[in-house]
Amino acid sequence: MSLSWVTQGDVPLEAYLVLSGILFLIGVVGVLVRRNALVIFMCIELMLNAANLAIVAFANKLHQTDGQVFVFFVMAVAAAEVGIGLALIVNVFRARQTVYVDEVNLLKG
Amino acid sequence: MTPVFFLLFALMAVVGATMVVLQRNPISSALYLVLVFMSLGGFFVLLAAPFIAAVQVVVYAGAIMVLFLFVIMLLNLQKDVDDGLHHAARRLFGWLLGFLIAGQAVLLMRGAWAIGPRGKEPPELVHALGNTQVIGIRLFGDYLWPFEVTSLVLLVGVVGAVVLSLRRGRGVDEAQEGIEEAP
Repeated sequence: MSLSWVTQGDVPLEAYLVLSGILFLIGVVGVLVRRNALVIFMCIELMLNAANLAIVAFANKLHQTDGQVFVFFVMAVAAAEVGIGLALIVNVFRARQTVYVDEVNLLKG
Repeated sequence: MTPVFFLLFALMAVVGATMVVLQRNPISSALYLVLVFMSLGGFFVLLAAPFIAAVQVVVYAGAIMVLFLFVIMLLNLQKDVDDGLHHAARRLFGWLLGFLIAGQAVLLMRGAWAIGPRGKEPPELVHALGNTQVIGIRLFGDYLWPFEVTSLVLLVGVVGAVVLSLRRGRGVDEAQEGIEEAP
């Protein structure tokens, strides 16, 4: 990918896709590296947002508004997901007094 | 001007996201995540989607992150403690796996690819008609059924959250008492 777009007017689709990929990867690394369930959950939100960025970029470059409508739906589902997920984490904390995922290992053989 | 703003927001987003992963204190992670969400709102403005940008700031940076901060403070979480070699090895494994996936992404991007045919709604036309109006018409026209299903998803979310926060095997009143008794 050439970088001539920096001095010319328009940001190409590839730049948005690369950025979206970088954000998604940071989210993946966060899920793999951290042990705090809340931070893992935040990293999942980060991955959702990276996907949203790619969708809106495609919608813009493909001259369609369907992508924006889809991102709206993704946000609604993410809001519901956060409500349920945080309730689950609070429940786990009540039962085990910890939110570290490697200390919640009752199912481990 | 657009590339300048793109690079600015990209720097904000990548630094913020990295700090989310690196910060030991969950509150700091949450605040850096707000920074990432704000910069993504900026990208949506650059991509001629002002409605989505507003929803991003209101729903994500507003509602969802307040919920996160509320839970972090409710559980009174402290800084993560480091538990030595085991955790260090796992962290190294995580970063290696991340870079492996990044390498695969680079390989994929290097192949030839092209986007499909363009639609009938160029950004200029949508801007002239009004972005929010166009999305509203799509939402209550072609996407009416998915929209209704979304309301069902939100209802299930509300009911699920209430059910999960009740103590198991007891009624609502007793669960209330249980919460009050807890230290």
